[in-house]
Amino acid sequence: MKRLIIGLAGALLASAAHAATLAVSPGPDAQERLQTALLDAKPGDVVELAAGRYELIDGLSLDVDGVTVRGAGPDATVLSFKGQKGSGEGLLVTSDKVVLRDFAVEDTRGDGIKAKDSDQISFRNLRVEWTGGPKETNGAYGVYPVSSSNVLIDKVTVRGASDAGIYVGQSRNIVVRNSTAEFNVAGIEIENSMNADVHDNLATRNAGGVLIFDLPGLPVMGGHSVRVFRNRIVQNDTPNFAPKGNIVAEVPTGTGVMVMANRDVHVFDNEIDGNGSAAVLLVSYTRPYDDASYNPLPRDVVVRDNRIGRNGWSPGFPGGDLLLKAIGGEALPPVIWDGVTNFTPKGFSEPQVVRIRALDGPVLSLGLPAPGALMQANPSVAPSLDHGSIEEPQSVALPTDQAALGS
Amino acid sequence: MRRALAGLACAAALLAGGTAPAPAHVSGKALLAERPALNISAYGLFDAAGRPAAELVPFAPATPLFSDYAEKQRWFYLPPGTRIRYTPQGPLDFPVGAALVKTFAYPADLRRPNEAVRKLETRLLIHRPDGWVALAYVWNEDGTEAVLKRAGAWIETGFVDAKGARRSVDYRVPNANQCKECHSRDGVMAPLGPSARNLNAAFAYPERTENQLARLARLGLLEGAPSPQAAPRTPVWDDPAETLEARTRGYLDANCGHCHSPTGIADNSGLNLNLEETRPHALGIGKAPVAAGRGSGGLAVSIAPGRPDESILVHRMASTEPGVMMPELGRSLTHEEGLALIRAWIAAMPGPD
Repeated sequence: MKRLIIGLAGALLASAAHAATLAVSPGPDAQERLQTALLDAKPGDVVELAAGRYELIDGLSLDVDGVTVRGAGPDATVLSFKGQKGSGEGLLVTSDKVVLRDFAVEDTRGDGIKAKDSDQISFRNLRVEWTGGPKETNGAYGVYPVSSSNVLIDKVTVRGASDAGIYVGQSRNIVVRNSTAEFNVAGIEIENSMNADVHDNLATRNAGGVLIFDLPGLPVMGGHSVRVFRNRIVQNDTPNFAPKGNIVAEVPTGTGVMVMANRDVHVFDNEIDGNGSAAVLLVSYTRPYDDASYNPLPRDVVVRDNRIGRNGWSPGFPGGDLLLKAIGGEALPPVIWDGVTNFTPKGFSEPQVVRIRALDGPVLSLGLPAPGALMQANPSVAPSLDHGSIEEPQSVALPTDQAALGS
Repeated sequence: MRRALAGLACAAALLAGGTAPAPAHVSGKALLAERPALNISAYGLFDAAGRPAAELVPFAPATPLFSDYAEKQRWFYLPPGTRIRYTPQGPLDFPVGAALVKTFAYPADLRRPNEAVRKLETRLLIHRPDGWVALAYVWNEDGTEAVLKRAGAWIETGFVDAKGARRSVDYRVPNANQCKECHSRDGVMAPLGPSARNLNAAFAYPERTENQLARLARLGLLEGAPSPQAAPRTPVWDDPAETLEARTRGYLDANCGHCHSPTGIADNSGLNLNLEETRPHALGIGKAPVAAGRGSGGLAVSIAPGRPDESILVHRMASTEPGVMMPELGRSLTHEEGLALIRAWIAAMPGPD
């Protein structure tokens, strides 16, 4: 009992005590001093990174809830991992209610900033960059929350990722806004995730701008309810430089938006221009898989009210040139759907109803009988495609106290 | 060479002097103190000559994690009057107050493992009332004291390998969070080595070689254990008497399965290499990478049956590049013998043609 009372008193003291600021500055032993601060921080504390360049030799990690790591600005405080000798990422967060803001991470050997199993993880006003430009040897992801919930990515710039600049995987309740992704293979990718709002971002000079994917064989599967709106998805023209084997290596250079195997995806009010392969691609997952609960088809997808410029003049996917010739004209239609409908989900006796509402036509349907069956394509073009109204997912609401964290 | 001489001189002095240092006694109080000790000597784990306290019980897992060819010595400590409870899966159930102690060291020459040994670090896992805590202590040059390094450390060192070649190592001491990366099961810190199946193997005790589970049960340190025949068992990776399949699965379990399991930090990859996994796809056979990035090496699948050179598993085990190599923590060198085992296993799998 005495211990309990002491414990309670301790907890009260801890919560009543003012949050401490742990100041770290660049210079010799930055690795040890910064990592020590990340270990010493208590819930509510701020690890304050003074302006300057931190030369780091190993990954950093944070595993304390409620900590804010704050720099002096994404051009002022630079964590450089050029000399990194170990770890799969620059900074790893494995705790909840963490805010990372106002600093840059450069030249990590693997991923830039990863958050795993984190609730209320906020990335704000950050820059993650591979300074040598797009290269296959750059790390895979710039910001990489995975298996997390209540994810905020706001005013983040990522350049040079050899997979996705901004990548959210196997997570729930996600907002990606006001951010810039350029010179990555994929600009922004939401994968195997539920309830995401991707809005007011700029995705440019990537191989593909915005990807909404669902892959089989993962602990979290069945991605759904994603809204992609008010983004500028323009001039995605960097030749795909992803190492082969990765799913994004299959993204055609010059793709604006690509939806693969997801449901309830709404793409609206975006500017989509200057993407040589296609403005919007709606496709099935085509690789073999052995997971009976997986649905490889995009379904219940809405594409409406986008400002579609010139796209699709140089389709970079297999058979694209032939298709362009067959259709005649300067470019492919802005929306391209593989047209696969005959999939019977586990536990059903009939193929499910696949609804596509693509009003920013014309729409090219490839009329494939099965995912990836390009040799049996039966293409057709229609002014638009409207399988009826599809309810828009509710806007994503992050916990109210998340906005106050770290400010 | 100078270090070797110093070591010998030290040993000689001990012999000549005839006054052995006072035996060490483990301080259970120090182990459970609110703040970890800054110096390892506070725990009374070793005497002045570096010999373990009598309360420390040595053990070794059937198949160890590869740690850059470092020699590892392991012990556990139990508070007086307590014992370990047997659990068939996961780590054995150690009482609060127990500690696991592991020292990493390099002999100057791996062919003479007992000579000119330099201790690098000793890691402690202490079972506190609120859970397990990991601490790493880095030894001084003389091996007389080790200091707490919570933020980790890098040590440049070297050794002569089994073939007589000089090797240099950028040896890395993990920081406290990195300990957790491997040691967490569903986010909770836990021991890895002392599980029933890892201790269901022989150990060369000073007086004789004996099965560890059987011995611990016989000495009353472990309760509820079945006979070794009835307990699960991790195959010994380098025992030629075991099948190739068993040796490989034992190796993958010890070297990959702590993260690559449904309760490990790499669960999001969908690749499970723990001993319990049986689904071919989850084991990597024909499995496309998910978040490997350049780790894929331009290869399509984790394991291409019959084709080790086309298997990402082999590529990442062979690599020493951060961002590519696996495991991503705990090594800077390639484990040639382990890699050869995995290659042989994949080569022996029936391929598509």
